[in-house]
Amino acid sequence: MTRYLLYRLLHSLVVVVGVTIIVFLLLHHLPGGPARAILGAKATPVTIAAFNREYGLDNPLPVQYLNYVDQLLHGNLGYSYKLNISVDSLLALDLPKTLFLVGISFLIAVIIAVPIGIAQAIRRNRMLDHGLTGVSFLLYSMPTFWLALLLIDILSARLRIFPPEAPQGTTLGQVITDPLALILPVLTLVLINFALFSRYMRASAIESLAQDYIKVARSKGLPEHKVLWSHVLRNSLLPIVTLLGLSLPWLFTAGLVIEQIFNYPGTGLLFFTSAQSQDYPVELGITIVIAVTTVVGNLLADIAYAVLDPRIRYS
Amino acid sequence: MSMFSRPEAVGVTAVSVAEPAADGGAVQSRKRRRISALGIVGLSIIVVACLFCFVGPLLYHTNQVGSNLAASNLAPGKGHPLGTDDNGFDILGRLMIGGQSSLEIGAAVAVIATTLGVVWGAIAGFAGGIVDGIMMRIVDVILAVPALFLLLILATSVAPSTLELIVVLSFLAWQVPSRLVRGESLTLRTREFVQAVQVMGGGSTRAVIRHIIPNTISTIVVNATFQVADAILILAVLSYLGFGLPPPAATWGGMLSNGSSYIFAGYWWQIYPVGVLIVIVVIAFNFLGDALRDLLDVRLR
Repeated sequence: MTRYLLYRLLHSLVVVVGVTIIVFLLLHHLPGGPARAILGAKATPVTIAAFNREYGLDNPLPVQYLNYVDQLLHGNLGYSYKLNISVDSLLALDLPKTLFLVGISFLIAVIIAVPIGIAQAIRRNRMLDHGLTGVSFLLYSMPTFWLALLLIDILSARLRIFPPEAPQGTTLGQVITDPLALILPVLTLVLINFALFSRYMRASAIESLAQDYIKVARSKGLPEHKVLWSHVLRNSLLPIVTLLGLSLPWLFTAGLVIEQIFNYPGTGLLFFTSAQSQDYPVELGITIVIAVTTVVGNLLADIAYAVLDPRIRYS
Repeated sequence: MSMFSRPEAVGVTAVSVAEPAADGGAVQSRKRRRISALGIVGLSIIVVACLFCFVGPLLYHTNQVGSNLAASNLAPGKGHPLGTDDNGFDILGRLMIGGQSSLEIGAAVAVIATTLGVVWGAIAGFAGGIVDGIMMRIVDVILAVPALFLLLILATSVAPSTLELIVVLSFLAWQVPSRLVRGESLTLRTREFVQAVQVMGGGSTRAVIRHIIPNTISTIVVNATFQVADAILILAVLSYLGFGLPPPAATWGGMLSNGSSYIFAGYWWQIYPVGVLIVIVVIAFNFLGDALRDLLDVRLR
């Protein structure tokens, strides 16, 4: 177990270092480099050279990279010259809002998908199963932004039940005071996640149902609800742990699109507006944070899986 | 998968593989080799979509470059079967032109990303050891950064051309095929026919090109099909966010983005036809991919 943990930890560390190299190179291969990005298109070569000398940008690349990593290790993600505020402060405000949106949608989706996936596995290849498979297939094939537009058109423009714009506010506290406006963005993310999770849950429940210990449990006379509750459910939940780890990049991607469409004031929207205004430090800071979250998420999922399922450790 | 990085991109019905075959192996193998009905449906839709986008404009002439504000936001009717958008462009004609770039870029990305991934994965799996370690960590690193974020950073500085989009999208899509092929080549290199090549003095290049890659062809074909669907999707997202091909190019995502400003005006014809079209084309490629998987899956033979 310790060996496995160490191996996974080292692996994650290597990936994180790789990510910082990618982001560093991106920053330096922008047209004109960081100086041009910060000083703007009208900066003269003289000002750029002065800026580069001032900030150590005329050092060899490896030296600059080490300086960059040093800054990152001190928790300094960069400075937005467009918004005149540090990337850290921007993220401190917006990241909780994104984590809330993505987290609550993930939770609701799992809560719905687990029983439905198991129900489908039990009634495999019957009407109910085919119907639900069709629904999740359709949702799965829908681009996030198209589903969001559909929901806005039907539930907001035509039926006028929910507002089309997410709640506005600088802090998470302000955002959650308007639950009605939260419903559409959350619903969109839930539907998209549900499509994915219920497929996994169905497959995983079908697999557990075919195991010998289920036959044993049934043949010793255990009531069916107990078989489902204590054997099928528990064992089919394992893949969901991995799924959370694996879906992080996908959750952030869907989150970005949804935040843009519903004007939800999280990191996704911040990233989008930064891309529009060419605010590179913010874009790259968010990218680093999301990539590291993804790597750490994968690591935690793997560890949780190894703890929950002893078989993994030995393979 | 890949681009959108839905977990284990292996396509839509990761489910069908996991299911134990109910009716045993050998007997049904003949039946299995025929392409499924859904696969035929998918293939037909793809053919029709290609005809619609590439032959359609030859038969149905519209002006998609010069705007005509006198004819803007017309509801579907005479002269404009699907109405017009806010620039007065005919929606039906624009769907055709916009589809051209989607299909072209989707197909090109699938071919390039798959080729790159196959070569990378085959070499890594065959070489093993430290080479494999380094090559696959590079894959891990690129996969750790969500593709859409990288795409937006790259698109921030320059409005991309078709060629640049193909290159960038391919660069962000080859990791999944490379993982799949590496997995297969890891097992293949221990097989007798590959070892025999080396015993007889054949080089590693020969073993990889003549033996490893041809034996992963079914995985490659299935994955490439899904790659097209993914590329079309991410391309639509990119254009929807305003970072795709710049105007006056027509794109499906751009049309949706444009039409979404008029949702509350009730101009449904500006979002529904294009939205439904994107979904149908993506589903068609997924159908085809699933069918090919069932058809070619080595384990099922």
